[in-house]
Amino acid sequence: MIGRRRFARDRQGRIRPGLEDPERDLLRMLPQQARELVETDDRSSQRLFPVAYPDDAAAQSDYHQMMGGSLLEHHQHALDTLVSTIDSPTIDADELNGWLGAVEVLRLLLGTQLDVSEDFTEVDPADPRVDQFTVYQYLSMLQNEIVDTLAAALPRDGTST
Amino acid sequence: MTGPGTEVQPVEVDEPVGGEDVRPDRPWLVIVWNDPINLMSYVTFVFQKLFGFSRDKATKLMLDVHHKGRAVVTSGPRERAELDVFRLHEHGLWATMERSS
Repeated sequence: MIGRRRFARDRQGRIRPGLEDPERDLLRMLPQQARELVETDDRSSQRLFPVAYPDDAAAQSDYHQMMGGSLLEHHQHALDTLVSTIDSPTIDADELNGWLGAVEVLRLLLGTQLDVSEDFTEVDPADPRVDQFTVYQYLSMLQNEIVDTLAAALPRDGTST
Repeated sequence: MTGPGTEVQPVEVDEPVGGEDVRPDRPWLVIVWNDPINLMSYVTFVFQKLFGFSRDKATKLMLDVHHKGRAVVTSGPRERAELDVFRLHEHGLWATMERSS
């Protein structure tokens, strides 16, 4: 993969995703499965709704009541953006941010299902879940490349003091 | 911190015994916890994007999360802290909030 950038910007500042057909097929299929998990109360989807107040059950309940719906919508919107723009020859930065959010949701779900550890680097070919680990690793690489492209447009010195 | 030539006498303060602590000057802390899934590059980017931190500051906070298990990323009034926690949750980070002690 050396020398190949998947998310190069063109002269107008638009981003041209350089994906192969199997990648696009995968990135169309995964959000569909993810939506079903996110909308049910699957164990792996709980990671998408972290606890804000670990020591205060009443405050946590209020937080979930108030914010849970918006959080779900945010995740769904990101997944929808990825699917609806996956075949576009170019996308804008907002859409790429949607892709980033979708890849994040997919990694959180898959990583939770696979119970990945922090030092996970190599896929064990003997593991029966080798395909899922390979997808997880692919999503990690994709996320790094998206971050590289989006981070390059941020001011290095920040905007806050 | 005091300037030169000033002498500060210790002040006796009645600490509340039990019950709710109502001191108004204790800000809420927004804490991000280490987790095995989020990538270091991604966490740094999220800190830059959400809070306008410089790349250096965002990287330092990310490394604190990574090595120490947690880092305080922002602090302030409760409503503000809750909004920051929510935005971190939107971005998949494991964030909580608590009052500073």
